[in-house]
Amino acid sequence: MRTILYLLQKEFLQVFRNKTMLPLIFVLPVVQLVVLVNAATMEMKNIRVTVVDEDLSSVSRQLVAKLDASLFFDLQSLAPNRTMAFDRLKKSESDVLLIIPPNTARNLERQQVAKVQIITDAINATQAQLGYSYLGNVLMDLSRHLQMERAEIPAGKQINVSSSFWFNPELNYRVYMLPGILVILVTIIGLFLSAMNLVREKEIGTSEQINVTPIRKYQFIIGKLVPFWIIGLVELALGLIVGKLLYQIPMVGNLAVLFAFGGIYLVAILGLGLLLSTITNTQQQVMLLSFFFMLIFVMMSGVFTSVDNMPLWAQWVNKGNPLYYFMNVMRMVLLKGAGFRALAPEFTAITIYALISVPLAILNYRKTS
Amino acid sequence: MNRFWAFVKKEFYHIFRDYRTMLILFAMPVAQVLIFGFVISMEVKDARIAILDKSKDEVTRDITGRLLSSGYFKAGGYLDSEKEIGDAFNFDRVKMVVVFEPDFSQHLNKDGHGAIQLIADAADANTARLLTTYCEGILAGYQQEINQSQLSAAKLLVPEVRMFYNESLDDVFMSIPGIMAMILLLVSAMMTSISITREKEFGSMEVLLISPLKPFQIIIGKVAPYVGLALINAISIILMGYFVFHMPVKGSVVLLLFECLLFTILALSLGIFISTIAKNQMVAMFISMFGLMLPTILLSGFIFPIENMPLPLQILSQIMPPKWFIVIVKKVMLKGVGLAYVWKETLIIIGYIVFFVTVSVKKFKIRLE
Amino acid sequence: MNQPVIEVKNLVKRFGHFTANDHLTFSVEKGEIFGFLGANGAGKTTAMRILCGLSSPTEGEAMVAGFNVKEQPEEVKRRIGYMSQKFSLFEDLTIWENMRFYSAIYGLSAKVFKERATRLLRDLTLYEERNRLVSTISLGWKQKLAFSVAILHEPSIVFLDEPTGGVDPITRRQFWEMIYEASSRGITVFVTTHYMDEAEYCHRVSIMVDGRIDALDTPGGLKKQFNAANMNDVFLALTR
Repeated sequence: MRTILYLLQKEFLQVFRNKTMLPLIFVLPVVQLVVLVNAATMEMKNIRVTVVDEDLSSVSRQLVAKLDASLFFDLQSLAPNRTMAFDRLKKSESDVLLIIPPNTARNLERQQVAKVQIITDAINATQAQLGYSYLGNVLMDLSRHLQMERAEIPAGKQINVSSSFWFNPELNYRVYMLPGILVILVTIIGLFLSAMNLVREKEIGTSEQINVTPIRKYQFIIGKLVPFWIIGLVELALGLIVGKLLYQIPMVGNLAVLFAFGGIYLVAILGLGLLLSTITNTQQQVMLLSFFFMLIFVMMSGVFTSVDNMPLWAQWVNKGNPLYYFMNVMRMVLLKGAGFRALAPEFTAITIYALISVPLAILNYRKTS
Repeated sequence: MNRFWAFVKKEFYHIFRDYRTMLILFAMPVAQVLIFGFVISMEVKDARIAILDKSKDEVTRDITGRLLSSGYFKAGGYLDSEKEIGDAFNFDRVKMVVVFEPDFSQHLNKDGHGAIQLIADAADANTARLLTTYCEGILAGYQQEINQSQLSAAKLLVPEVRMFYNESLDDVFMSIPGIMAMILLLVSAMMTSISITREKEFGSMEVLLISPLKPFQIIIGKVAPYVGLALINAISIILMGYFVFHMPVKGSVVLLLFECLLFTILALSLGIFISTIAKNQMVAMFISMFGLMLPTILLSGFIFPIENMPLPLQILSQIMPPKWFIVIVKKVMLKGVGLAYVWKETLIIIGYIVFFVTVSVKKFKIRLE
Repeated sequence: MNQPVIEVKNLVKRFGHFTANDHLTFSVEKGEIFGFLGANGAGKTTAMRILCGLSSPTEGEAMVAGFNVKEQPEEVKRRIGYMSQKFSLFEDLTIWENMRFYSAIYGLSAKVFKERATRLLRDLTLYEERNRLVSTISLGWKQKLAFSVAILHEPSIVFLDEPTGGVDPITRRQFWEMIYEASSRGITVFVTTHYMDEAEYCHRVSIMVDGRIDALDTPGGLKKQFNAANMNDVFLALTR
């Protein structure tokens, strides 16, 4: 026990003496958290429209006025001709072109139906679909309006749909992105710091000096992991405090549940970092390897995109993704107030993870080659 | 010059003999493209919803059937009272609850309107928004159908839609340029910054510096292998996009590869710059990992559209070099435009290269004096 | 001089097809200063790493301090000190913190640590500097400090892998005085070196060539055997 205490003391001395790393560990993640939560919105607004009005009728003018009034569209310009409009699309200066062909008003008058063209830059498929449906609504509205001008139409049956949003009534994406980004940051700290620290000692030769002592593997590993475990939890607390102060993220649930999970989670992640460090020899190797896993974990975890939309096999693969569990726990505790009972599946999974990664790392750690 | 080539050769051997690093370097783009192509989707599919039907009549059953057979939703339980909603969210993990008012069909047929309430789990705000939008769409369609007779009336403005550049509305078209940017940037910047910092840390840089090689030759020798690796990565991503996801290369392949080369050089010069400010490999890793990974994912517009972000972040994203590369790749690959349409972005990238190289050279010289 | 503290019999270490140690057999007695010589790549460091329990032998047997290195490496580690070629104290810790760290690993009590560290640092005239970061002291001091750390727990054997590489002649002399002092207290010293004048200071010297021990005797004996004026000539005669 005394040995472990001295090991810990040494690690902490090294961490706190490192004047370059310390701000990097604590300031950089917080800055990222504060700035980047604002980026992750799927809210659609400001779809840039260019209109080519070849009709120049009262109908076409009404349509342009409606678009101009809509919040979804940023009516950019009226292009004099199609060529120029297409050019804007090519240059990505516009997302949607609305072409009102000649005789639209006349066709509408005579044939009761007129066609307008919508041309969408569909590289961003989601935005294209939404943009199209918003535009469709505007056209529908106008049609109805024109009909009403002409004749009375009986009001049809109406299904009144009201939506309410639980846990986050204002649909504030920040309160749900912040926990997600925080999970990523805590994971990077845990995984990269532990993995690189151990390989660094290999590289500079101090680990050989330690391997030639009678130190026990478990003593050494505890001495190495506990400091990063604490740093990870401090980082978590720091992120939550910043989130609370700056973005008023709700904390409906019991924070003890969150930290209990965070504690087990960090053990699992640190074990993984240690495992990666045992199979690599240089910091470059271990960094690349951790980055490889990190990127897959992050992309599949559901921070940015919903896990429910993934194919079934991918959801199974996700069972091996520690980030996925932490992400769930964070959001469920903070926003929905879930407790131990509701989170039992996550707790079980991460405990199994820790029970595999740490012993595997210890087994794989060799004092003798 | 011979000496220089010998040095470059040595650096090549160094990297290419490390089979683990090579394996990861090649597995990374493949894994990412597959994840984005097959796993990540912004589209709602089979989202679990619960039904709270207080009416239980023919119409509500009909609507329920319509929702569940749409492909967007699948049944995650039937509730009997409002009290069960909380648990449905926390335990059964449904994403939305559809509530029919009592005597729904009676209200609809007699009074002309029936009420449906959608309660979404907005802990994931983006998904909640999508789910309610989709559901409203289906309900509007249903309403239109039962009102068919009246709506076929006069005066319709019919949109004729064309989705340009991505007719099948494939999400992966949006992600592939982003993956390319992310991998080229992170791999090149991280690997070079760490490998140069490593030489600094272990003093082997000094040995090289007193050799007859000029400092810039040393740096070029160090980064040359990564240019090759990054280009292979870029090509493999393009090929995967083409053969697996039928993403076309409409523009000039030569131009595309030239832009990839430019961006790689930018990433390498960024890596060199990081190595001039980092004291050791840990710091280099932290700056390139923390400073680049999340901002690249979040601010370069490949998951979250830049147009939707708050203004300060939109401005910040203009500073992100990968943003410009992504714009170029999209334009050249999907829109098939030539240099005339991307010269501005290309100049920006060249500007960045000049900037980073100049600053690095200055820093380097200061250190040597 | 009585029982051997290191006994090596037919020790073989192979890496793939390459044989680094080819049937080594020798023994070292208590308190002896044993010089382990050889050209670069002759297999000295490999053999030393095996004796320290850092690497397992492919074949053969090695007993160190009464324990088999292959079967009980941790018992061996308890009884030895080791100073590697690369300087391997923590540069970002102070002299005192490094010593306290290693003393804790070997399970020394706080009191014993304080006594010994104070004595060792006083001998080195480094006591006043004990709160300086190791990164700020000169290479010569670092090497002497590393040696002091290696014998802090009073091991029965200390292994030194090229301990005087790159240090000035005066520091080298001081370093060898420390080695003699340790040997006089009964600590066996197993040392590899490239300096042939240092070989003369050893009680016995072995010379390795291509993974084998080609000669083993006292410096005087070797000079007589090879009819050489000094150890340098002995070495050249063997490695040519």
